[in-house]
Amino acid sequence: MGGNNVKKRRPANSIISALPWIGPAILLILLVVVWPAIELIRISLTKISSAGALEGFNGLGNYKLLFENPDLKTIAIRTVTWVLSVVFLTVIISLPLAQLINQSFPGRKFVRWAMIVPWAASVVMTSIIWKWMLELTSGEFNLTLRQLGIQKGQPVDWLRDPRYSFFVLIWVAVFVSIPFTTFVILAGLQSIPHDIIEAAQVDGASSWQVYRRIKFPLLRNSLLIATIINLINVFNSFPIIWALTRGGPGYNTDTTTTFAYKMAFVEYNMGPSTALGVINFGFIMLIVLIYLRVTKATRDQA
Amino acid sequence: MVGLFFIYPYINMLLTSLKPHGELYATPTTRLPKSWQFDNYLNVWAAAPIANFLKASVVVSVCATLLVLIVSVPAAYYVARNRFKGRSAFLLLVLATQMFSPTALIIGIFREVKFFGLLDTWPALIVVNAGFNLAFAVWLLSGFFASVPVEIEEAAMVDGCTRFQALRRIVLPVTLPGLVTAVIFTFVATWNEFTVALTVISSPARQPISTGITTFVGQYDVAWEYLFTTTAIAIVPVVILFISIEKYLVGGLTAGSVK
Repeated sequence: MGGNNVKKRRPANSIISALPWIGPAILLILLVVVWPAIELIRISLTKISSAGALEGFNGLGNYKLLFENPDLKTIAIRTVTWVLSVVFLTVIISLPLAQLINQSFPGRKFVRWAMIVPWAASVVMTSIIWKWMLELTSGEFNLTLRQLGIQKGQPVDWLRDPRYSFFVLIWVAVFVSIPFTTFVILAGLQSIPHDIIEAAQVDGASSWQVYRRIKFPLLRNSLLIATIINLINVFNSFPIIWALTRGGPGYNTDTTTTFAYKMAFVEYNMGPSTALGVINFGFIMLIVLIYLRVTKATRDQA
Repeated sequence: MVGLFFIYPYINMLLTSLKPHGELYATPTTRLPKSWQFDNYLNVWAAAPIANFLKASVVVSVCATLLVLIVSVPAAYYVARNRFKGRSAFLLLVLATQMFSPTALIIGIFREVKFFGLLDTWPALIVVNAGFNLAFAVWLLSGFFASVPVEIEEAAMVDGCTRFQALRRIVLPVTLPGLVTAVIFTFVATWNEFTVALTVISSPARQPISTGITTFVGQYDVAWEYLFTTTAIAIVPVVILFISIEKYLVGGLTAGSVK
């Protein structure tokens, strides 16, 4: 997209003449994205009281405090598990879904519209709806299990039982991530020229062969984009965990994102929280750099 | 079946929103309300300050959307039409901001808002939301602007239009679908934003709906029926808006990557 129609016969303008046009955008980005990032890094190197008062340079003291926290290791491992399993499941489920809604069948429009609902609806609200559906006695989930005769005796408390709560969170995250992912893959599917597929069919390729040998390789790009954007979104995912378990009981369902928030705004333990914030930020930065690199090729072609 | 799977939770929400409170935990539990309590949708306005929540959400979302438009239209137009030093650096900056969510920077945002004395105010929410949604609009709109032939515009300028008039009278009407998409996307994203609102807004009277609804939860007796009438009121309009821009959503979100 962007700027493929630039007229080369015009001489390159200087950045000064561009400023009246792009200046406000740069200003807004500096104010809302760059400033908080610099502030976060600065605070992470400063001694800070629980009330938020700054008490001078602290070197890596906040980082030291953070790494002395006995819960950090478990939370870090859980974060990796969380991100990888949500993204993996999302992509695996979205692939056949995109294939499905790319075909024409009666009710196709309904399916596409239905898939937009979890995408458009607020993630907190969707999470709260799931909280109700997973409720101990009256929730849809346990009700169905009872009626099907799968669940006998005591109903399961999906959100409080430590054996299940983390899987429930993963499930809700997958549920809200599927629509976006499916639509990205669908866009990729639709960009595959029909004549290639027809040519393969004329040559006697089965539909599985067409998929495996032609569509899948051509989808690589959309899959990669969908995966990277999901990696970032899922890593940042705060509302699902906050609405369903608050990371609890204890730190049992925290990721580094909710843990950093909890330390800062619930426990008023600002120092180590800013250190973790910087590490989280650095991790996202790394994925963004990979994303920019991966997409550079397609952008240059544009 | 697949379609039903994705809307089932929301159907469950609608059905629960129509149950009388006594039926919520009744045994045996039924899926459909035994007595359909359409009054819930009237009574909820008195039971919780949802008129306040909605007002906050509308004001913040409309202002953030306007701010995004004012800032992104000139930038997208200029980038689509001109080659200048720093152009790709600017595009890269925009693309990078699209990838960041305020969640990772929340402590920095909180301190900045405090520095400006804007804690617990709507302007703070407006500016932060506009900043994080700017990228989508710039990328999407520059694609639309680039697809309008320069010749049309030049013809208008020969006929005596200034560049600004040409933009306003010729280009903007042609790129209307892009503008509508940018407007709806920013509006919905701001409407649904949770983390910044949770952190910056403390007084109940100024909460937008996304954080306001959490005040229903966590008490001993959750008024699920009112909670869900509220979420239904908040979700249905944005779903309709999103469906209306379905065609353009993916293009804007994966801008610069998927063609």
